[in-house]
Amino acid sequence: MTTRNPRRADFPLLAANPELYYLDSAATSQKPRVVLDAMREYYERDNANPHRGAYALSARATDRYHEARERVAKFLGASDADCLVFTRGTTESLNLVASAWGHANLREGDEIVVTALEHHANFVPWQQVAIARGAKFVVCPLTSDHRVDLDALRTLVGPRTKVLAFNHVSNALGTVNPVDKIAAIGRGVGALIVCDGAQGAPHLRVGFDTLDVDFYAFSGHKMCGPMGIGGLLGRRAILEAMPPYQFGGDMIEFVRDEESTWAALPHKFEAGTPNVGDAVGLAAACDYLDGIGLDAVLEHERALVRLATERLRAIDGVCIYGPKPSERSGVVSFSVAGIHPHDLSTVLDEDGVCIRAGQHCAQPLMRRLGVSATARASFYLYNDEADVEALVRGVQRAKEVFAGSELNEDELVPCRGAR
Amino acid sequence: MSDLQELYQSIILDHNRRPKNYGPLEEANHRAEGRNPSCGDEVRVELRVTDERIEDVRFTAAGCAVSRASASIMTQNVKGKSREEVDRLFQQFHGLVTGKVRPNEQEARALGELAAFAGVARFPIRVKCASMPWHVLQAALRSDASDSASTSEPPIA
Repeated sequence: MTTRNPRRADFPLLAANPELYYLDSAATSQKPRVVLDAMREYYERDNANPHRGAYALSARATDRYHEARERVAKFLGASDADCLVFTRGTTESLNLVASAWGHANLREGDEIVVTALEHHANFVPWQQVAIARGAKFVVCPLTSDHRVDLDALRTLVGPRTKVLAFNHVSNALGTVNPVDKIAAIGRGVGALIVCDGAQGAPHLRVGFDTLDVDFYAFSGHKMCGPMGIGGLLGRRAILEAMPPYQFGGDMIEFVRDEESTWAALPHKFEAGTPNVGDAVGLAAACDYLDGIGLDAVLEHERALVRLATERLRAIDGVCIYGPKPSERSGVVSFSVAGIHPHDLSTVLDEDGVCIRAGQHCAQPLMRRLGVSATARASFYLYNDEADVEALVRGVQRAKEVFAGSELNEDELVPCRGAR
Repeated sequence: MSDLQELYQSIILDHNRRPKNYGPLEEANHRAEGRNPSCGDEVRVELRVTDERIEDVRFTAAGCAVSRASASIMTQNVKGKSREEVDRLFQQFHGLVTGKVRPNEQEARALGELAAFAGVARFPIRVKCASMPWHVLQAALRSDASDSASTSEPPIA
């Protein structure tokens, strides 16, 4: 038995389950003890409704929330912390932009361009606002190795393009997109540049101040933080010009009978009691990740992705989707001929191997790959070679379970672009 | 027999490999499609209903072994049956795959090949795979003649 990754000891769930092989961090990461402790400590020592009560405890809660925002903004390389709006996560962040900016700025005949790599959360909000505003919704195709086709993008983006939305990293394949190259194409026509960073922020330095995008959306729970918090980083001038997304307490300046005015950033976009406890947890997650260093995290993941890719590719009938490991984050998306990913996942689960099987909330991509589903193993800082070995053993076991089950033609999984 | 062997026993693997009543049905007068949005499974069931009974039934599916085999075995078991009889049979089947009913030997014999799905009960997340074809069949039976219906399993069912 290979020695397990010592970082597993930082994660109570992994420490308590030495025979668990958790390969679904692209769906949600496990939580280190320091994050859980920070949240518990907040609730035990400082909990009150911030911004409201004129008493010391409420002021402490306000301070903790403010500090958390500063910490998370710093982690993402944003010097103007007021331009970090806390949300429930990437999905809410993208809906915020599509809805608030889209309804205020899109007109009939305008165009919105997204890519075929998108998660539904960065696809459907744009598709729907396009329908509502009479704008055209355009999907940029992919290259044969499942990267955004930049040549096609250059022809699709034009003077009518008002929004260019794409992900930093594909959740389904792990493809790392060249943000600057894609953004430059949209900048050329003055489009709003929106980046879905749900799979980027946990693995790559974002450096928002120098990243050429207008908005960057992310989720806390994929980067060792708690579920229920994430954020939207935006450029100040754009955020200030945008109407609010939701109305209620905490986002108000004055409410008259006839009209209202809004609080300054970031509060304008944070209606209702803020999620202080989870913000504190997310700040602790940033401390934890910085303690390791994102460069080390990515290097560790890529080594495991390389190993998993090599080992899986050596198995007869396995197809791997997406570009080569050096152009991917910690994701291996694959299929095994004659075994549906869902069945594969059940066999793996029997040995404690957790993978995702399905469409990964990316039906437009699955259609283009010509598959109804893939199996996805995703790696993070606490994974190790034992996880890879367990995955490979599980795939071989699934082949044994399904042995003798010769293939129908319609079961043969097309392997276009697979490596 | 391990849980896995019981789930993926040869009857199920055989029906997955060589499904019965597979393909479009000529002169169908009821049809429905269903999909499980979380895993991408899709099932289409077409029926010819005459005098309130299923005269013929065929299906097409893209999905896991459990859902394909379930659809295949289902089609063999519902020919000649009325809507009420189908509902009763599905209730028995659902009891079996959820583990709520443990059929005795006689009941298991009556279920025939459907009894092969008893192993699903140990895999609660796979219950929806086994039951989806039945939901689609029921939607097809409810659909107006020559009209088509669709049903969608909730992500967690």
